[in-house]
Amino acid sequence: MLELEKKIEHLRKDLDYITDIKGEIFGERLTEIRNWLSEIAKKIYELPRERAETALNDIEAQIEFFEQEAEKYLEPLDYVRIARHPYRMTLKDILENVYDDYTELGGEEKCNIDPAMVVARATISRRVGSRVYTHQVMVIGHEKGHGEEFRNGGSAKPWGNEKALRFMRVAETEGIPIHTYIFTPGAYPIEDPPGAAQQIARNLYAMARLKVPIIAVISEGGSGGAEAIGLADLRLMFSHGYYSVISPEGAAAIEGKIKEGQDLPPELVKSCAEQLKITASENLKLGTIDRIIQEPPLGAKGDDFEFFNQLKHEMIKATDEVVLKVRGLSVLRGYYVKKKTGEKNNAVYVRWELDEKEISKLLKQRAEKYENMGRGFFADRRSFLKKRVDEVCYGWLKIKSLLYFGIFKRPYRWVKRFVDDLRGEFLIITDRVLRPFTNLKGAIEKKFKRPTVQLAYEVPPKEDTYLGEIYVSPLANEDRTISCPNALRYGCYDIWVPDLYGELNGVCPNCGHHFPLEYQWYMNHLFDKHSIKEFNTEIASINPLGYQGFDEKLKEAVRKTKRHSALITFDARVRGISLVVVMLYSDFRNGTVGAAEGEKFILACKRAKVLRRPLLAYVHGTAGIRIHEGTIGVVQMPKCTVAVREYIEAGGLYIVVYDNNSYAGPVASFLGCAPYQFAIRSSRVGFAGPRVIRETTGEDVPPDYHSAENALKRGHIQGIWDRRDFRKNLYMALITMGGKNLYYR
Amino acid sequence: MENIGEIIKKYKANPFEVYPVLTPHTGYVHLMVKLGQTVKRPIDPWQQKGGTLLYTILRQGNLKRIYAPIDGEIMDIKRELDEQFVEANTYLMSIRHPLTEDEIIDKILSDFLDIFRAPEAAKYYFVPELAKKIEERGLQKVIIQPGEEILIMSRMKRDIHLVYEGKPGIIHTVYFRPNVTIPEGEPLLGICPPERVSFINDLVQRIRLEWKV
Repeated sequence: MLELEKKIEHLRKDLDYITDIKGEIFGERLTEIRNWLSEIAKKIYELPRERAETALNDIEAQIEFFEQEAEKYLEPLDYVRIARHPYRMTLKDILENVYDDYTELGGEEKCNIDPAMVVARATISRRVGSRVYTHQVMVIGHEKGHGEEFRNGGSAKPWGNEKALRFMRVAETEGIPIHTYIFTPGAYPIEDPPGAAQQIARNLYAMARLKVPIIAVISEGGSGGAEAIGLADLRLMFSHGYYSVISPEGAAAIEGKIKEGQDLPPELVKSCAEQLKITASENLKLGTIDRIIQEPPLGAKGDDFEFFNQLKHEMIKATDEVVLKVRGLSVLRGYYVKKKTGEKNNAVYVRWELDEKEISKLLKQRAEKYENMGRGFFADRRSFLKKRVDEVCYGWLKIKSLLYFGIFKRPYRWVKRFVDDLRGEFLIITDRVLRPFTNLKGAIEKKFKRPTVQLAYEVPPKEDTYLGEIYVSPLANEDRTISCPNALRYGCYDIWVPDLYGELNGVCPNCGHHFPLEYQWYMNHLFDKHSIKEFNTEIASINPLGYQGFDEKLKEAVRKTKRHSALITFDARVRGISLVVVMLYSDFRNGTVGAAEGEKFILACKRAKVLRRPLLAYVHGTAGIRIHEGTIGVVQMPKCTVAVREYIEAGGLYIVVYDNNSYAGPVASFLGCAPYQFAIRSSRVGFAGPRVIRETTGEDVPPDYHSAENALKRGHIQGIWDRRDFRKNLYMALITMGGKNLYYR
Repeated sequence: MENIGEIIKKYKANPFEVYPVLTPHTGYVHLMVKLGQTVKRPIDPWQQKGGTLLYTILRQGNLKRIYAPIDGEIMDIKRELDEQFVEANTYLMSIRHPLTEDEIIDKILSDFLDIFRAPEAAKYYFVPELAKKIEERGLQKVIIQPGEEILIMSRMKRDIHLVYEGKPGIIHTVYFRPNVTIPEGEPLLGICPPERVSFINDLVQRIRLEWKV
């Protein structure tokens, strides 16, 4: 009888699940089944066992039929419901059922540095013929915990992501593959150290060159939170999961300009879910994932043991695939793994440990994979001829660079190093030989020579008198006064606008508050005269997902700015030092990053690498990843971070300067990963705005929560610069941080 | 000795405080509230959002919005100044703020206690001997005498002992917390003669009872 009671409970749960996911299409039919089940439950001790079993089997068949029916009519928003449902499988279910054995690291359950992030050292085994091979893996992922409140719904806090990174490094030391499982609606958006954005950026930066195979599986992939453990060699996705730049509710609130506290129109949420292209099949088409793991109808639940068996084979196959791609002797196994699926590939055995050569191949392939991700989702406005000419020019630049730095400079550097060492050795010898004579000379001079007054003439340092081109901000054309936001605190007087935006450079003369200035001001005041040479201006943003109404918004942005993307890339000089500059500016769609911006960024990284120049990222303003480009936008985070890592590894100097408002994805990836980050006074840097923090954490944040001063206190940035000293400080930073290595290590 | 009933009667008769609203500078004023309207001060913990807009003032193209600094009701509003150019410090209206129980107690205590204020912005602690006495006997059982060192003012690792120079009395109220920097001029201690302690305690008790009813 106990078995029957368990079955009733199981069927009841299944019915609840269908009702929650797609109940509306069955109407009364579900209620009838539920009533039927309740009747049997009431009479369970009265009915003959066979009759009860038959009835329950009938109900089970009916429920299966409903599941299959519902599966046919699933809409994007239903996938969101499935991924968030408390009955859906979680990482703990996977650890229990896919892996043979596991030990949780960094705490268990509530007693954990962050219960939303689970790390476990696990073993996974395969049978080849009569032998069983066991592999060691590091499993990292979010745990939603079937509704356990302390798990925060899988929203990892900054220290949770830090834990993930710590154990990724352990896996790297031990040379074992990493399996990551993404079950997160997004990162917990708080700035407490190490800071949400900073930690995600650090994770991405580390994962870009982690020397072990990484396999990521997405169930609920919420933007930056997902990327924190999502930069992998192979990205799989559960067929009933979703992967999105923002939750459909968040997108609806932005699109519909819904005020805080107001109800979201369900139709708008549904429409956003459809337009964001969040399902597995749509993501596969976009190329943001590599493969889909098929789940049972309406998704896998915590007790779908057959599915877990399939998942085990998928994970083994995926790891094999990554390893075989970099292994020398792998032709037959590579073919077999590719062609056969499930238990059929049982005949294959692959050793998962990699040697040095294989590791470098793995890292190269990872970099190439992300470089190519999201290609084709921007427009190249150049003519065919111009493209060919540019290719030739770039090729010539590479040859020149190779000739100069690789062939001419390299032996010169070797000789110079040798001469330096030789001189050092020689100085010791000469010092020992000459010291008695110099001592004697000193003693004589001291005795007989009259002390002379020596006048020291210090050569005054050459002043940088360059004040920029004659450029006056158009903001100065208004004939009125303006109040400083700190007037109540510091008693600042009202400032006359032509003065403020003219000779005061947008700075309050009393408290030093920096009023925002347009990006052209910086282009004119920061760099040497006529030194700016823009490149890749023809790369243009498009509407890759066909998002309703976005074409018009893009056209408006192009009309307003006379540019085609939110990123300007150019060569420039600061007091004679040549550098490559990427400038995110807020006038074009709030400085959001999409495929075009990402492509321009990596091309600038490459150019800086070829030309052996420092790379400056000046962020005039960015609101994050462009939501209208969906996951195409999200993958720009790992894509650009990999490019930055490649540039820095090759010896480049990367400096980031934030201004005005810099938030979300870019800060949590290719900007936040910079070793040297600065901010202009009165700017704000962070992961999520106050409203998102309030809605996620339920707590209000102080008005200065994201201020540059607090970012400095938290260790996010290394200094705050006055706008008027930007040029001087940048020059000093280039000299002190670059030093001898300014033009490459 | 004052009559407790009289004091309570005085506050009961007029449990309000009137805050005059004056213009911060010259400009054209546009009133946004009406006579008798209830206004609210900013509700967020940082006193920045949600306050009722009282009026706007325009000077040299710079429009400023002035919000209610305190909860209350608008009275004596100068409607004739609406849309007019006014000088700085011109009276526009008053906000009649109903005093809460705690505010009344604070006011009464400030009337009846000798307030010892912070001479500098610093952290304050009781001297160890006094702290020990207070711990042993309780706060209102320790009498402090003129010339006695009562507090340590700690600032930038520089500790200065503060000497009490008022009349002998007991410490009725402690306004500071250890390890928290107290701005200059803020009250630190409320001191009263021993014979008045029971009177003040009765008064506070009565206010709490009366205002709850």
